[in-house]
Amino acid sequence: MSTQQTPHSQSCDRIRSNPKFQRLARQRAVLAWSLSAVVLGVYYLFIMLVAFVPGWLHLPLYEGSHLSRGIPLGAAIIVLSWLLTAWYVRSANTRFDSLSAEILQEAQA
Amino acid sequence: MKALLALLALAPLSSFADTITAQKQPLNLHAIGMFFVFVLATLAITWWAARRTRSTADFYTAGGGISGFQNGLAIAGDYMSAATLLGLTSLVFTKGYDGFVYIIGFFVGWPVITFLMAERLRNLGKYTFADIVSYRLDQTRVRSFAALGSLTVVCCYLIVQMVGAGQLIKLLFGLDYQMAVVVVGVLMLVYVIFGGMIATTWVQIVKAVLLLAGGTTLVLMAMSEFGFSLENLAGRAVQAHAIGNGIMGPGSMLADPINAVSLSLGLVFGIAGLPHILMRFFTVPNAKEARRSVLFATGFIGFFFLVVCVLGYTAIVIVGTDPKYFVDGKLGGALVGGGNMVAMHLAQAVGGNLFLGFLSAVAFATILAVVAGLALAGASAISHDLYATVLKKGRASEKQEMRVSRIATVCLGLVAIGLGLLFEQMNIAFLVGLTFGVAASANFPVLIMAMYWKGLTTRGALCGGLVGLVSALVLVILSPAVWVTVLGHAKAIFPYDHPALFSMPLAFAVIVLVSSLDRSARASRERAAYADQFVRAQTGLGAAAASSH
Repeated sequence: MSTQQTPHSQSCDRIRSNPKFQRLARQRAVLAWSLSAVVLGVYYLFIMLVAFVPGWLHLPLYEGSHLSRGIPLGAAIIVLSWLLTAWYVRSANTRFDSLSAEILQEAQA
Repeated sequence: MKALLALLALAPLSSFADTITAQKQPLNLHAIGMFFVFVLATLAITWWAARRTRSTADFYTAGGGISGFQNGLAIAGDYMSAATLLGLTSLVFTKGYDGFVYIIGFFVGWPVITFLMAERLRNLGKYTFADIVSYRLDQTRVRSFAALGSLTVVCCYLIVQMVGAGQLIKLLFGLDYQMAVVVVGVLMLVYVIFGGMIATTWVQIVKAVLLLAGGTTLVLMAMSEFGFSLENLAGRAVQAHAIGNGIMGPGSMLADPINAVSLSLGLVFGIAGLPHILMRFFTVPNAKEARRSVLFATGFIGFFFLVVCVLGYTAIVIVGTDPKYFVDGKLGGALVGGGNMVAMHLAQAVGGNLFLGFLSAVAFATILAVVAGLALAGASAISHDLYATVLKKGRASEKQEMRVSRIATVCLGLVAIGLGLLFEQMNIAFLVGLTFGVAASANFPVLIMAMYWKGLTTRGALCGGLVGLVSALVLVILSPAVWVTVLGHAKAIFPYDHPALFSMPLAFAVIVLVSSLDRSARASRERAAYADQFVRAQTGLGAAAASSH
């Protein structure tokens, strides 16, 4: 691992110049970073609500309810984060992995 | 006041601290019986695993042969410690919605790990997270640093768990603190030394299933008293609680935005720097299973956290209005057995003594399993990073490396027992703050930069990592939790308990600055090597394969 053999570097070079690889790397980066931004954005927006407008979270969910808006909102953050995780894992395990397998096969050919 | 708020923010994790004054409980025979059943089952697993543990790969990573679903349970098990069930339930019981906010922060780091780290961890690493950091950097120095970071986190967390185990067993089983610490230490040694990662993983899986089943049963039994209606529950909880409608929205705990953000940064990014969690990504055969395992893990953890939140609210009504759970029968006074016992009282109230015994055994088993995972992470930092790579420069035989890892486990076990006995009265809030602070400020920045930034050099990684480690340490010592509460000074030098908001950006800044200024020949070789690392990170070309049994 510490010493880079030439055949390995050569196949790495070949993979890098494959337009499919560039597409894979770009698509994965866009999806991964934008999903991270969504999760962290939603979460820190929530923390800001907690810190600066706690009264809004206190408001009842509907007329006469004891449940506040904050309860379903908090649960929604957990559920949303999980659904986005599922979306990423699905894309990566199908679309990205088959693209990656093609690339590896082309590099060996 | 600020110090008080900050301490409350750490309450679920420090929650064992206030049990120190709690009196020993009478012997709980149901709990002890259940506990013995669990211990015998896990010893059987260890015996089975021991016969399958032949190579170093088996010992460190179960030969990479754990499936995504199994590993998902094991990750969830590593993350859901006894502090989660007991501490978070109590936090919702006393603070209402603030506890829920804390629970959400505890969860949100996981999706980010899935998006940015899971597949790269599996594709680039072999046994420890130091493999990834030293992939294109100087093996000797970077590994020494990574091992130091791992061992710091492991030791801090070990103390938390050992002290927690001692307090818990005193309360639940009616045994002595010292005996509890020794029992935990010895059982952990047996799991790790004989069964390695295979046994540790299966103990973790069994425990995760028991914890999920126990928590779900408890919430169903508790909710049946409210006709399974959240509206009904909320109405009665608001009536029963001293702060009334206040439990339905944010209160005082997170009112200081800087403390809230610093705490959440440490929680969110600290997960990605905990060595025993990172190790779990190497036990699966490939990146695909690594991703699936985090998906399952986040599902289990998210579900369990929502369950814990509901448990807290039901306990407000069921436990909070029953004088038998309060000292001298005074409602609203001190709880029998200390503030952490809410979930246990609830179990007894809705499920009787047998269910209480079951849940007690699960809580204790949880500590055992987490301690075993920590010890294994610490032992591999010593044997794989320090001994085999740094000291022997990769020339150690598998047999030698295995022997060192077993010796390291014994040493860590003795250290854990010793620290557990020594720190019986320790403020755990300090240690948890330190653990997550160091993980988020020293391990996480170096790891993520090694994965994503071409410009990282050995010098930058070392300087930035050390600055993160030292600044997190110093800020925690100067914080109200230690400077005022532990050391007894009048006023804290650093006003916040959570260092991450300050130490984490500092670590990143130093990494970038020092790496950019590094003009050595080695630095340019390291930058050039990123191109090949990138190919492997994306495609898994050349990644460590699973061993066949």
